[in-house]
Amino acid sequence: MTHRFEERAAQTLEFVGTPVTRIDGLDKVTGAARYVDDLDFGPDLLHAEIVESPFAHARIVSIDTSKAERVPGVSKVVTGRDFPFQFGLYMKDRYVFAQERVRFVGEQVAAVIARDPKVAKRAARLVEVTYEELPPVFDPVEALAGDALLVHPDLGEYAHVPWFFPHPGTNIAHWRKTRKGDVEAGFAEADQVVAGTYTVPRYAHCAIEPHVIVGLFDHANRLTLWSASQSPYTQRHLFAEALAPLGLSHQDVRVITPYIGGGFGGKAGVSMEILGAALATAVKGHPVKVRWTREQEFYNTYQRQGVVAQIEMGVKRDGTITALRHILNWDAGAYVEYGANVVNAAGLSATGPYRIPNVWIDSKCIYTNLPPGGPYRGFGYSEFTFGLESHVDRVAGKLGIDPVEFRRRNAIVEGDILAYGAEMNPSGLLEAIDRTAAAIDWGKPEVSADSAKSVGKGFAVFWKAPAMPPNASSASFLKFNEDGSINITVSGMELGQGYLTAMAQIAAEVLAVPPSRIRVETPDTDRNPYEWQTVASHVTWSCGNAVHAAAVEARERIFEVVHRVHGYEEESLYLEDEAVRSSTDPDFRLPLRDFVINGIEDTDGTFKGGPIVGSGKFMPEFASTRADPETSQGGHPNVHYTVGAAGIVLEVDRETGRVQVDKVALAVDAGKAINPSLIKGQITGGLVQGLATVLFEDMRFGEDGRLLNPNFTDYKIPTAHDIPLEIVPIIVEVAQPDGPFGARGVGEHTMIPAAPIVANAIEDALGIRITSMPITAEKVVLSIEEMNEHVH
Amino acid sequence: MDISISVNGEPWVLSVEPNDVLLDVLRSRVGVKSPKIGCERGDCGTCTILLDGRTVRSCLVLAVEADRHEITTVEGIGRDGLTALQRSLWELNAFQCGFCAPGIVLAAAELLEENPHPSREEVQEAIGGNLCRCTGYEPIIEAVLAAAASWKEDR
Repeated sequence: MTHRFEERAAQTLEFVGTPVTRIDGLDKVTGAARYVDDLDFGPDLLHAEIVESPFAHARIVSIDTSKAERVPGVSKVVTGRDFPFQFGLYMKDRYVFAQERVRFVGEQVAAVIARDPKVAKRAARLVEVTYEELPPVFDPVEALAGDALLVHPDLGEYAHVPWFFPHPGTNIAHWRKTRKGDVEAGFAEADQVVAGTYTVPRYAHCAIEPHVIVGLFDHANRLTLWSASQSPYTQRHLFAEALAPLGLSHQDVRVITPYIGGGFGGKAGVSMEILGAALATAVKGHPVKVRWTREQEFYNTYQRQGVVAQIEMGVKRDGTITALRHILNWDAGAYVEYGANVVNAAGLSATGPYRIPNVWIDSKCIYTNLPPGGPYRGFGYSEFTFGLESHVDRVAGKLGIDPVEFRRRNAIVEGDILAYGAEMNPSGLLEAIDRTAAAIDWGKPEVSADSAKSVGKGFAVFWKAPAMPPNASSASFLKFNEDGSINITVSGMELGQGYLTAMAQIAAEVLAVPPSRIRVETPDTDRNPYEWQTVASHVTWSCGNAVHAAAVEARERIFEVVHRVHGYEEESLYLEDEAVRSSTDPDFRLPLRDFVINGIEDTDGTFKGGPIVGSGKFMPEFASTRADPETSQGGHPNVHYTVGAAGIVLEVDRETGRVQVDKVALAVDAGKAINPSLIKGQITGGLVQGLATVLFEDMRFGEDGRLLNPNFTDYKIPTAHDIPLEIVPIIVEVAQPDGPFGARGVGEHTMIPAAPIVANAIEDALGIRITSMPITAEKVVLSIEEMNEHVH
Repeated sequence: MDISISVNGEPWVLSVEPNDVLLDVLRSRVGVKSPKIGCERGDCGTCTILLDGRTVRSCLVLAVEADRHEITTVEGIGRDGLTALQRSLWELNAFQCGFCAPGIVLAAAELLEENPHPSREEVQEAIGGNLCRCTGYEPIIEAVLAAAASWKEDR
């Protein structure tokens, strides 16, 4: 039955592939959209204030809560003694509250709960914590030294997923090694070997909505959390695991996630939310809210990890890459329960989208005494692509080959063998390269109208695979209503990317019901079926498959009952304009609303059928992380890659160093654009977010590990003034065979190439290669001065 | 002390502390939830409201300062049906997560009230104090310009 539909669908798609208006759009332009902090919890709502470590590394000698407890209006003061529990997504190295030692400035040490948030804040200052300072380590390379102080002396005891390889007795929490071919032989065979080092600092997500969670542990021992989260099911799982000593299990824990105000990875997994879950159990019967301030938002959620990358690339004179050695040393911060998987993802894919016969990658997750690193849009690929794509331009330059042509020549294609031995999926990389190059008139020199400015063009390619456990899965329920409208429940999150709308379009296409007549609700783990997390740019693909399956099942129920009552062969039935039609009887038309709840009346006056529902699920049953830890050969850790290319035209003011972006183009292979308008939104938003990381964003830490710019005054994110003059979104569609209508994810990818295109364009404009991010006006001016000193 | 304010056309008399912030009073006492808490120091603009028709950051205004003033939030401007501006922002998929939307709708509404046919730069200036992390602003700017183009007919 499915194949018949697919054949019809291939000819004419009514809803998939069209720029449908967002189904959550009206909520958002009217103020109707409710976020966690907008929910009311009544007069017994309590507020928690968190006592934080002022030191980057210290031993907790004692905590005296007595003064705080005596403040009128304080309900409860808790410390690590009350919750001696560890948690973590991929490695259980994080603590509900610090135990014995603190490992970064801002780490939670105690909490004060009160009815009035002002009282909680005042009382929190009265909690007396005595510390004994320990020497901190901030630099990942220093942390690798043999005599470096250990951030986690107990590393060997932490539970972790089987694809992590910690080195107890060192600060290496995980070391991903990928080896293919013989890298030394590859260098020997090369006509040139080019080496370089690239540095990427930490970055902050800066979702406009701060993290917030409300927990209620009711008198029947039920724990309900309203959480601003990308990961309701994963949160439930981690809460249930961490709080198991209190007698809680999954069925006792419920996570509800209304709209969230941006995520970008920062609201994935569990970070500060563990406090909401734990504190609720301390004040049974009262809802308790933990809401991060903007400053806490910068300190104690996740940050994008910094990395120092050393690259050696061997090439033939004709531009063929023979070998790549890519060493990535990550500043992963104090806890790596999530961040170590960023390191892992990069360690598998740091070849970029190139065909390279001999590969050596070391990706090391290194503990430091800075805030916990973790997932951020791009998940390791944004970080390594700055170095790799900067390096590719340098290599092409040394060979005298056009950088776009060099990339074309080495671009990976379907069937090529990846660094870990699996085969590359179908991809439109060459088309992306060509269309991007055309969009920025690559090869055509341009001169600025302003004589103080130089024009530069830059180019880069990118790829990214979802980084997920091999059994990460999605599920969907679908039901019809009396009027023929539909409700779908899923547990992916609407982060703003348009996921709910895309799911509605997929079901709409199968069931011939317009998306405007389909509601897709945000998650509640009691009611909506399972979804691993909304991360990795995988939900359009994975949950899209689950919704497709649910819609197909509902359609089968529809055809079955129509066949039973009206006698038409199921094979002859199809759906059109919210009605059942038959190819053998053009006069037959049965509107869905006539029977999807109350059934079809038979000739004898009885009714057949009943409410039409469907369920669907998807799990990538071909994925596996079982591989040789020394080479990464043997498994199938990534389900597929999404590829693309980006190009930029910019003007640099040689006096001020200021960069103006005239034009930026980005092509991404969506497989099939479920909604081209939403994909263009991802391209525009991702590019602006990525350009900010290279042009002005930067987390600055003092020598004591304090963040010097934990606010929007000092950590600038783009305003409406800071956008390119022109953005050219380009959608390539080479179908993903196992995706819904051929779709694969694009959300994170659009941020990945932003940094290297700027670095490459700056070199094109000025002849200066800048190898560390960000490339601020100050850095450009200093580089120009340095160059001039060398010349004179 | 007591203050009397009008919120979206409805009168409210409230007893407030001298240090109560208007944003908190609107959200927790009046129950208007569209002005959001984003930074509490005037950087992000997500708490934007109209005070006597002019945009202000309600996180920087004390509740007592609003005494005898008229407050309008996005719930208020669409009371009698969607405005052309809201419709344009909706139909052109201008917002993503939507957390900045209440503030940006008001900032753009203020602009169009004074200047029904703004240039692109004037739109950028008008929403320049409202941070959005999702969209890259471009779809918002286009939707405001499209609304301006359609306003002529609507009025």
